[in-house]
Amino acid sequence: MKGPDFLAEQVGVLRTRMGAAFVGSKAVFRGHDLHADLQGMDWVELYVFGITGRRYTPEQVRMLHAIWTHTSYPDARIWNNRVAALAGTARSTGNLGIAAALAVSEASIYGRGIDIRAIDFLIRTQQHVDGGGDLAEMAAQELQARRSLAGYGRPIAAGDERIEPTLVLARSLGLADGPHVRLALAIEETLLAGRWRLRLNYGGLSAALAADLGFSPREYYLFVFPAFLAGMVPCYLEAEQRPEGSLFPLACSHIRYEGTPKRSWKTRA
Amino acid sequence: MTADAIRTRIWREEPESGNPFAARAAYCRGYDVYGEMLGRARWVEMLILLFREETPTKAEADLLEALAVALANPGPRDPAVHAAMAGGVGGSTAASCLMAALAVGAGQYAGGREVYLAMEAWNACGTDLDAWRRRFAAPTSEEVSIWPAPQHPPGFDPHGVSTPTPVKQALAGLAFVSPGPRLPWLEQQRAELEAATGLPLALSGVAAAAFADLGFSPEQGEMLHLLLRLPGAAAHALEQRGYGHKKFPFFAVELEGAGA
Repeated sequence: MKGPDFLAEQVGVLRTRMGAAFVGSKAVFRGHDLHADLQGMDWVELYVFGITGRRYTPEQVRMLHAIWTHTSYPDARIWNNRVAALAGTARSTGNLGIAAALAVSEASIYGRGIDIRAIDFLIRTQQHVDGGGDLAEMAAQELQARRSLAGYGRPIAAGDERIEPTLVLARSLGLADGPHVRLALAIEETLLAGRWRLRLNYGGLSAALAADLGFSPREYYLFVFPAFLAGMVPCYLEAEQRPEGSLFPLACSHIRYEGTPKRSWKTRA
Repeated sequence: MTADAIRTRIWREEPESGNPFAARAAYCRGYDVYGEMLGRARWVEMLILLFREETPTKAEADLLEALAVALANPGPRDPAVHAAMAGGVGGSTAASCLMAALAVGAGQYAGGREVYLAMEAWNACGTDLDAWRRRFAAPTSEEVSIWPAPQHPPGFDPHGVSTPTPVKQALAGLAFVSPGPRLPWLEQQRAELEAATGLPLALSGVAAAAFADLGFSPEQGEMLHLLLRLPGAAAHALEQRGYGHKKFPFFAVELEGAGA
């Protein structure tokens, strides 16, 4: 069935395997009673269960927590955080500013656009290597095709201070030796030995850890959605607490005009 | 000039004496906005001037204005307007209603991304029917991205059986005022293109051709499509706020699988 007949079948009803609210009695979450079967569940565990339908061990959930906490930077200069902070200085609401900042985090040079490419690259490369393919060849192909390698290098800095504490925690939890983490580090060695001089960045390591937990690219993309959230709220809050309009004020001289010189609208051709 | 300057080819400001943070005059692409344009320029002329260097011809301004009327309200059945109404009915903020309309109206099904992809197709195929047929027959890219994998040729209605009258009317009306060449060609070749896809043309496909005739890039077309569909979303959101949630459909639910 297709076309209008198919649509007519869908009218007026939500058919779902994911869940529903039976207001006044219960809420079903992926087939489970939220207040009985899932009672006491950690929030990140529930979030991940909502995405994957899978349950994770306390060690794995702790690792997933760290992927978020290690990249929550309350620095209002960072582009996405700046949106939250500007909402504060412009006296907009916290929800609007932070929701917009999260939406902006779906960027092409950082955040979600890179995250999904990073895990996809690692999963494909692992499959390539498992099938007898060459790791360096795969990395070179990717660099040639994309002119960048998601998960390696960083737009505004050379090193990545998040790598070491994340690896230390992963080791302590017994999660640092999965195939994708080993692969990610091996790719870094290859890149540093070659002419590319690219280091593994936090996005690459997080993607590797998630791939080792069985996340697909789309599952991982949805998991990292709130990754910067905890750092955004302080940015909003401080800007909202200081005098209105006082965050990053720009004078007319801050506009460096590089366009067409003055001309007349009235006498235009 | 400060090191923290914002570079722009669009906007120039001169400060009021005594306050560098207040503009005495603002210029868009060199034209004095408040001193000369205001009261003389059409809204669509300003809109086009923001996106490109030169002022539009009368035909271009007429085309964008006609397109803006066609896109202004997708109507309450449209998912983006539905989203805005879902905001309005619960008393959500004005901005969140528009953000909801933008988020939903950004997609590949009747949204901004569909226009972007359709404009990429115009750039690749132009007015070459065989090039369009080859593009429709080619497998879609499997490259992973934040966007879900496309499920239908952009600019066509995956659930349609024939071209809706408003789509034909919009195409005819816009082709009539268009400087061309895409809209008039699309009107002539519509049946051939629909036969090649097996799907009827959608309004997003007409919009993509119009934006391409106006010389916009796919990125600009995507932005303008998002922008021009907001008026209806805003009006319907406010209207539902007035009606209240008891008069807004909540729909039935059927649990499938383990939770049933």
